[in-house]
Amino acid sequence: MKYQVDRKGYYGEFGGAYIPEMMHPNIEELQQRYMEIINSYNFRHDFIHLLKHYVGRPSPLYFAKRLSEKYGSNIYLKREDLNHTGSHKVNNTIGQILLARALGKTRIIAETGAGQHGVATATVCALMGMKCIVYMGALDVERQAPNVKKMKMLGAEVIPAVSGNQTLKDATNEAMRDWINNPEDTHYIIGSVVGPHPYPDMVAQFQAVISEEIKMQLDEHLGREFPTRVIACVGGGSNAAGAFYHFLENEEVELIGVEAAGKGVDTEETAATLTLGKVGVLHSAKSMLMQTEDGQIVEPYSISAGLDYPGIGPLHSHLFQTKRAKYLWATDEEVLEAALELTQLEGIIPALESAHALAALKKIELKPDEVTVINLSGRGDKDMETYLNYFGY
Amino acid sequence: MSTQNRINQLFQNKKENIFSVYFTAGYPLLEDTVRIIQALEKNGTDLIEIGMPFSDPVADGPVIQHSSTVALKNGMSIKKLFEQLATIRETVQIPLILMGYLNPVMQYGVENFCKKCQEVGIDGLILPDLPLNVYQEEFRSVFEKYGLHNILLITPQTSDARIREIDEASNGFIYMVSTSSTTGVKSNVSDFNKDYFERVRQLKLKNPHLIGFGISNRETFENACQYASGAIIGSAFVKALEQEATLEERISSFIKKIVISA
Ligand SMILES: Cc1ncc(COP(=O)(O)O)c(C=O)c1O
Repeated sequence: MKYQVDRKGYYGEFGGAYIPEMMHPNIEELQQRYMEIINSYNFRHDFIHLLKHYVGRPSPLYFAKRLSEKYGSNIYLKREDLNHTGSHKVNNTIGQILLARALGKTRIIAETGAGQHGVATATVCALMGMKCIVYMGALDVERQAPNVKKMKMLGAEVIPAVSGNQTLKDATNEAMRDWINNPEDTHYIIGSVVGPHPYPDMVAQFQAVISEEIKMQLDEHLGREFPTRVIACVGGGSNAAGAFYHFLENEEVELIGVEAAGKGVDTEETAATLTLGKVGVLHSAKSMLMQTEDGQIVEPYSISAGLDYPGIGPLHSHLFQTKRAKYLWATDEEVLEAALELTQLEGIIPALESAHALAALKKIELKPDEVTVINLSGRGDKDMETYLNYFGY
Repeated sequence: MSTQNRINQLFQNKKENIFSVYFTAGYPLLEDTVRIIQALEKNGTDLIEIGMPFSDPVADGPVIQHSSTVALKNGMSIKKLFEQLATIRETVQIPLILMGYLNPVMQYGVENFCKKCQEVGIDGLILPDLPLNVYQEEFRSVFEKYGLHNILLITPQTSDARIREIDEASNGFIYMVSTSSTTGVKSNVSDFNKDYFERVRQLKLKNPHLIGFGISNRETFENACQYASGAIIGSAFVKALEQEATLEERISSFIKKIVISA
């Protein structure tokens, strides 16, 4: 169990709970109770039931024949894009809303970048009849407009965050401030494997269903549970954590995360945290962080709102440091080309985030007998405007 | 170096109505830091918290977020702050506390940072995202080595048992957050949770406490002082610095509005 969180909430040197005292009662309660709650019969029952009948799991593991032919290897796509609400984010929000209910909370807050986590949160709040407030960077409100409309129709209040670069980091700051101001009735549904312990572990456990299914589905397809490699994009790192989870202890499976390089890792407009970051503390966890020499957080940039974040979950910093996983990066341009490639070879329009994972195909060597699983974390509906502008259709 | 920390001296000599002010270093202008400290002391401030600006101050409301952003744009950094404070003890006697977030301190180097604090004459630190357990395990010994008091926060949600733990781990004073909030909420006396104030007073802690957050005028200051050794004003002061007039005039007129005896 080298890659699991330890009793104090660390993965190696990363993680922990660097919280202001105002957040202590809520975080303490979560730390004390999350394992007991999510392992309880009632929770398991409801979680599995909703994933199956509401989300539509298991999501298919699809053999991408034409893509495989092009790369001369065997490529499978884990179709998280087919989940209700269009991405992997809903696995986590189902888990957390059940947890919030078990804790007796009635008001839900969330941050969102691409709006996928916001929509997934607004959705489960509608399902459970809970009040929902979503913080979203003002820039993201603009570039992910369809998701903003969905959240509103679902009954959520969307509050634009106007500080900083007005993206995911700033939305997260605002959500944390909200929680400080509303300590009694509110649960904060963090959207990735970031934030104070126990969030990184809890969210990873909710997303672990992805790799649990991959194992079973590979067995059905090929009579083997373990692929040669798994590739996933990394913003905070939740879809990657879920896709890696059940393969972590089997070191023969190569794990590859793909960060957003934006306009390039040698420019200032990038979000490639592991490639460029240093150890620091942001959003209550110690992890790798894009920052200045003075320890101020650098404003990131990516064409993909869901990866436009200067930090990364502590699990990934640990996997990076121990070299258990390898982290590549892809630029905006590479990503757009990869998205078009999948669209025209397989008839699947991926989310910009997920297209980062696809872009990795050009960066690694694939052998004919190898089996590569790419986690297709979400669908591209929300990104149509970006695609249309770029490709000029 | 005096052998006794200035914070302890203050609380020994003054048991009530301690008037404490927070401001963000490097705001409104980069080189205002020393002038603000001097003017605050001259106008009767008992204790000053010097804010080290951070790009992502999650425990702060809009006013301190804004002052932090401006200060960083002005070029403020911990390194710059220590340069500005190099000779502060030639002119200023009252206790000085640095307040800020953990990450910039970590990047400066925790031991280096503490050493520098001692050199320039800082008496204590408030790092809201340094929680009690991490402080005890990883920071306490180095803070103590350089004679720095760590000021810990309590809130209306903090249990009695935890308040006692915090009291045990504290020296100097305890920072009692008035309401469950980020800084800069506009409180009225009627918003104050008297049960909480009373509960803490009944605990008869070994450390004195100051009440902060939402103290913005004479009424809230005086009310807070009924339940504590004094109170801390932050956002309201930072906001007052935006007005016309010279820095010294802005500061003295602000303080006169709050403290009669100053
Ligand atoms: C489709 C999709 N994939 C990936 C991400 C990135 O998040 P994470 O790294 O936590 O999976 C997002 C975030 O919004 C997303 O919407």
